[in-house]
Amino acid sequence: MSRAEYFRSLRYCLYTMRRPLTGFWDLIHEKKGTMAAAHTLIGVAIIVQIMSLVLTNFQFNWINMETFSAWIVLAQVLIPVILWVVANWCLTTLFDGKGKMSHIYMGLAYAHAPMILINALLIPVSHMITFEEGAFYWTFATVGTLWFVLLVLCAMKEIHDYSFGKTIITSLLTIFAIGVMLFIFMMFFAVVSDGVVYFYSLYQEVAYR
Amino acid sequence: MKKCICIALALVLALAPALSFTAFASGTGPTNYTYTYNEWGVPVPSPDAYRVTAFIMGADLYLEGESVGHFFRPQDLAVYSNYVFVADTGNSRIVVIRANEDGTHEAVDVAYHAYYPDGTPTTFNRPYGVFVSSWPATRGEIWIADTYNQRILHVDRSWNILNEVLKPTDLTLLEEEMEFLPQKIVVDFSGRIFAQVMRVNRGLMEFSFDGEFVGYMGAPPVVVNIVEQFWRLVSTRAQRDRRILFVPVEYNNVHIDREGFLLVTTSSEEVDPVRRLNILGEDVMIRNGWWYPVGDLWFGDAAHIRGPSTFVAVTSLPNNSFVVFDSTRGRLFSYCSQGHLLYAWGGPGFREGFFQTPVALDSMGYTLFALDAATMAITRFDLTEYGELINLGLHYYHRGMYDESAAAWQEVLRLNGNFGMAYIGIARAYLRLGYYRQAMRYFRIQRDALNYGRAFSFYRREWVERNFWIFALAVGVLIVVPPVVKKAIAIRKELKEA
Repeated sequence: MSRAEYFRSLRYCLYTMRRPLTGFWDLIHEKKGTMAAAHTLIGVAIIVQIMSLVLTNFQFNWINMETFSAWIVLAQVLIPVILWVVANWCLTTLFDGKGKMSHIYMGLAYAHAPMILINALLIPVSHMITFEEGAFYWTFATVGTLWFVLLVLCAMKEIHDYSFGKTIITSLLTIFAIGVMLFIFMMFFAVVSDGVVYFYSLYQEVAYR
Repeated sequence: MKKCICIALALVLALAPALSFTAFASGTGPTNYTYTYNEWGVPVPSPDAYRVTAFIMGADLYLEGESVGHFFRPQDLAVYSNYVFVADTGNSRIVVIRANEDGTHEAVDVAYHAYYPDGTPTTFNRPYGVFVSSWPATRGEIWIADTYNQRILHVDRSWNILNEVLKPTDLTLLEEEMEFLPQKIVVDFSGRIFAQVMRVNRGLMEFSFDGEFVGYMGAPPVVVNIVEQFWRLVSTRAQRDRRILFVPVEYNNVHIDREGFLLVTTSSEEVDPVRRLNILGEDVMIRNGWWYPVGDLWFGDAAHIRGPSTFVAVTSLPNNSFVVFDSTRGRLFSYCSQGHLLYAWGGPGFREGFFQTPVALDSMGYTLFALDAATMAITRFDLTEYGELINLGLHYYHRGMYDESAAAWQEVLRLNGNFGMAYIGIARAYLRLGYYRQAMRYFRIQRDALNYGRAFSFYRREWVERNFWIFALAVGVLIVVPPVVKKAIAIRKELKEA
């Protein structure tokens, strides 16, 4: 992949932002998007999220820097993406969705574009306005989030070649599936840690004899 | 990190007794049992604002060379001038103590009787409350909640009865079979009596100056949650009748401040535990602090002491700050008039400065008298240098004398860098003087977004005025550049085509 191709595919996120339906169709079917660009977008989303938590003026930011951890922010962005990709793929293969796992990942990554731009813009803005003018700030933050949600829906629709209603239903089911997965993970870790403790105490019992 | 703080705090608390013991022995030095909550709600140690200066037991008080004997389950105390009136409930008497200039205390009167105008004495029967008026019209007159005689006595300094308030006969207001057991009473400047009566949950009972029952006032609001409301909606009448009744909670103590507002406490967890009532019975307490005045924000359940703070007494100080007495952990919490926590101190225990069964609290100027029913003694607290500085700062601050208050706050910060209000106080002074950058810095330390925004808007206006040329330039560029670029492109196109 040439450098020019990479930059072209990265710049394509500006197009999917404005024309999500044709944009996400072409992203997959015309091979306008690349995995490298998708990774870049997710990476930038993580960096912007960390920066916005660290650099946003305290008036709009309730982060206690004593307990702040960049790793947790990383997980907060990355884990939902991974869970969504897996859960959505598992579901849509059953509901004859056309998308592959990489396609879902790519669509989700490109959908992050407006949120990245708006959140990055809001960092300097937060230092220019007062708490009482916060309506401005919160409106933009909300617009960013809603835009992101809309883009995710459009991406899923185009990638799987679904109708709009079916997209909504599968998306809701995906959220449910994520909940189930988290529950199973939790159960699994609880059982494993109990098992580890059991065998460790067994070992100790033997070792002390 | 939180865990670290927890452990550090536990250590501090564990070490506190050892440290404070030496401090009490020497009479000076820090005791490390005072703390406050920072802007994140984390407890941080603070220098002592109050220190025990006397521990007054009944047996140590002498009247005409004779000990008055131990108190027995005393329930209330009232301060008038430099006298402390103790409702020695278990002994059915009122003991009057004088606080002398030199810090000693002596009994000046012990009353077992009051006298009717014709001279016949009448004994008290377990009086739970006493109030001494400091208002000009009734100065020095005493009101006694003579609980098990079911009356409120209004007497002068020689215990001659001026008025006797009995159970109201108006049965539309009080059930006939109910006993009238007044516990705590206060009287306002016009002589109206407000009584907290046992098992009355409709607020305080209000009596006119001549003892006429006027009505109830300031009942705490009934709290019914949505789930409960739903079940009420779908249940039948019979089912509804069998459910627990949702009645307002009872107040357990009342205090009247210098402006005539009533400070009331309640032990319920559902409503605000301390409220400031105006004459209409509305809660007018200002709660501008990071947290509402509820006492402890962090609490464990060590040694079967669990749950949130339970306020049983409250008193106000000359600068309108108030101190509440927590019976769960025997602690005192001091809040300023705006509702910021200033300092909390005390704890459960049998030593000086610690409490078993807190029941009453009153103030003589800034000096506090705290009554414990189990140890049957009064603990006297006096301000330390640190406490005096804070109250001085507040005194100026609430009069709008920000420069003077800033000087006091600077001194406070020198003693305790964790005292959040001091930063806000200094920032306010800076804001008023026009040092917006410094004001912003100090507001930021305390995360006071509202005031920070205020300082920032001034700063921003100043900045824009000073750097107006940037905006002028930007507008100029926006007007000039596009046509020029357009023209340039057109020329280039023409050249290419040519």
